[in-house]
Amino acid sequence: MKKLLLIFLACLFLTPVLAVEPDEVLADPAMEARARDLSTEVRCMVCQNQSIDDSDAPLAKDLRVLVRERIVAGDTNDEVLTFLVARYGEFVLLKPRFTLANAFLWIAPIGVLLIGGFIAFFAFRSRRGQNPEEKPLTEAEHEALKKILSPDA
Amino acid sequence: MISELGHVALLLALALSCVQALVPLVGAQRGDARMMAVGSSTALGVFVFVSLAFAALTYAYLVSDFSVRNVWENSHSQKPFLFKFTGVWGNHEGSMLLWVGILTLFSALVALFGNNLPAQLKANVLAIQGWIATTFLLFVTLTSNPFERLFPAPFEGRDLNPILQDIGLAIHPPMLYLGYVGFSVAFSFAIAALISGRIDAAWARWVRPWTLTAWLFLTLGISMGSYWAYYELGWGGWWFWDPVENASFMPWLFGTALLHSAVVMEKRNALKIWTILLAILTFSMSLLGTFLVRSGVLTSVHTFASDPSRGVFILMILLLFIGGGLALFALRAGTLKQGGIFAPISREGALVLNNVLLTTAATTVLIGTLYPLALEALTGEKISVGPPYFNLTFGPLMLPLLLAMPFGPFLAWKRGDLKAVMQRLSWVLALAFVGLLTTFAVQTKTSIAAPFGVAAAVWLIFGALAELVDRARFFRVPLKTAFSRLFGLPRSAWGTTLAHAGMGITLLGIVGVSVYEREAVAVKQPGDTIELSGYTVTLEGIRPNSGPNYTEQVADLTVRRGGTVVAVLSPSKRLYQARNFPTTEAGIKTFGASQLYATLGDFDDKGGVVVRIYDKPLVLFIWIGTLFMGAGGVVSLTDRRLRVGAPKRAKPHAAAVPAE
Repeated sequence: MKKLLLIFLACLFLTPVLAVEPDEVLADPAMEARARDLSTEVRCMVCQNQSIDDSDAPLAKDLRVLVRERIVAGDTNDEVLTFLVARYGEFVLLKPRFTLANAFLWIAPIGVLLIGGFIAFFAFRSRRGQNPEEKPLTEAEHEALKKILSPDA
Repeated sequence: MISELGHVALLLALALSCVQALVPLVGAQRGDARMMAVGSSTALGVFVFVSLAFAALTYAYLVSDFSVRNVWENSHSQKPFLFKFTGVWGNHEGSMLLWVGILTLFSALVALFGNNLPAQLKANVLAIQGWIATTFLLFVTLTSNPFERLFPAPFEGRDLNPILQDIGLAIHPPMLYLGYVGFSVAFSFAIAALISGRIDAAWARWVRPWTLTAWLFLTLGISMGSYWAYYELGWGGWWFWDPVENASFMPWLFGTALLHSAVVMEKRNALKIWTILLAILTFSMSLLGTFLVRSGVLTSVHTFASDPSRGVFILMILLLFIGGGLALFALRAGTLKQGGIFAPISREGALVLNNVLLTTAATTVLIGTLYPLALEALTGEKISVGPPYFNLTFGPLMLPLLLAMPFGPFLAWKRGDLKAVMQRLSWVLALAFVGLLTTFAVQTKTSIAAPFGVAAAVWLIFGALAELVDRARFFRVPLKTAFSRLFGLPRSAWGTTLAHAGMGITLLGIVGVSVYEREAVAVKQPGDTIELSGYTVTLEGIRPNSGPNYTEQVADLTVRRGGTVVAVLSPSKRLYQARNFPTTEAGIKTFGASQLYATLGDFDDKGGVVVRIYDKPLVLFIWIGTLFMGAGGVVSLTDRRLRVGAPKRAKPHAAAVPAE
């Protein structure tokens, strides 16, 4: 539901069209499938957070057609994306590339997981020595236990 | 007049909540019982005044009093009654009032039902709630006054955003806020514990029902929002990794972790410091979510109006509570004593794994959501972080969590035996394998991921059931005994099973719709047909129609399967006159847990229209699973253990159970 108004903002021209219109579809199913896959990674620039595959904005349509043109022209997926970045900047990619500026973004999840794992691991290790279960009961404790367990207590 | 009274009530609430924030706090420091008791009465008073303010605004909406600017901006005299009512919170000012209202509701509930809390703890908790209420009441009165007047009063209002004119607005925001804001109680308990330096298993027992309540509403609120998006948006997506969705998902992930770590603390007196930290982080995420949505940093359907001064104000509230909470934690956490020792392979160990994975996942979502904002602020460079990023990072973190989930409840406290658990789960593993092979055999589209997804779902659902089966000793004791044992099991065990199985059901829906969805799109004239997954859809015709505040073009689609009519779908394109705002309404027919979903695109000049049909297999399981999770929460809440102060059972529990 978060996208509801996003659409509204995207379509200031108030002409809601649905994504991927019949006239855009490529004849070759394999190429069309590639185009659909690529489209989910390309941002509709005037929308809030929609891919061109989802968006109904006119710009998204232009980009979908452009992606298909590049595919028909024989570009690989990477070449299509590079082409789009050269034209529109990194902002067009919904999956940021691994660059110096984005390194933190990609490393952070693994980093946090490792840190969490280490903390848990060391917490276990440092406290293993003090496990009270391994200490035998004292004489007094045995007495107390016997008293508790004896049926006539 | 009524609006002015509402405004006065709001100001009185603000004044009273200042008292609530200060007097009990001082009283708790001095051990003054009368000052501490002020907490309860002021909390109730603040709640009553905020409710009056809310009632006043509601009245203005119901009678369409357009001399109130907020009503003029967001309502219309022709709007259906339900939407006049729900429109109260379909805008920035009203939704903030709802936020504060729910906050004060929780404070009032703590005041009413917290009689068995130690006086000092209760006073501190209510004071912290008072602090939160005061800052947010200040925010409402200073930057977002819903009672502002207009002169001269306009004759007609500007209507509510048509997308919000839906039953979803009646359910989604209140549920979500009950969840978001409900975590404030856990936060206040954590801060109170840090102030007093005392924390024990009893503390965890008091916190757990509140956390569970908040979690349950947040679960249902998010799920409801997702279903609303699904049917309203017109392309049938159910989760978009949109920043605003993430804003509600982060408190859910942290809250889920908190729920589990509080169990360890209650049962074993361990993970105390961590639980306190999680309580602070969870509510911090609620505040961050409020900031992201309400400040205008992000533009979305939820940001009804952006005003930079509001953003700065909420940012200050955010810094006060998150910064203050974490600073207090850093200062005082050392004074809390750790307790409870356990081996890595144990129930505690499983819950630690749950916590590590959930908090990592939550942090990933947090970083993905904030990174573009931070990068742009620091370097001016604009990047996008969208669904492909989250699927790639969040997904792999969930995988081990889901696989490990059935093990957790089987492991013994302190030290568990993994091999023995594996033996008890062997039949579930076999079932999962059957699921895998069956999916491979029957699937209509070649997919490797889907059979494994189905196997994981089977593993989760039956793994959860296996715990009940095992604890009731089915197949080991006579059937009758097993059944009486089953119903004698603690409600919290039932809750765990329901929630964990719900996760499996949701996963099944996700796998089904992500892998096997099919779509057909074409320009059609009346009389034309479309074929999709064995259905023949005929466009019978297009007719105009009108509702109370809109006109629409409805397409009548007849769906046949093997010659017989199985459904009639009526997707439409609407135009809401007041805002000249078009929307698309989907036509949906449910078959079991699957749905056929139709929407309309543009009309052409030759009388044709773009028709789009989706076949969405098992899609309903996504939300049915969340209902199971919610039900698990409800059942667990009714557990006697959590009804603190409930008298002990008179007769020994479930007499039929033989002594062990």
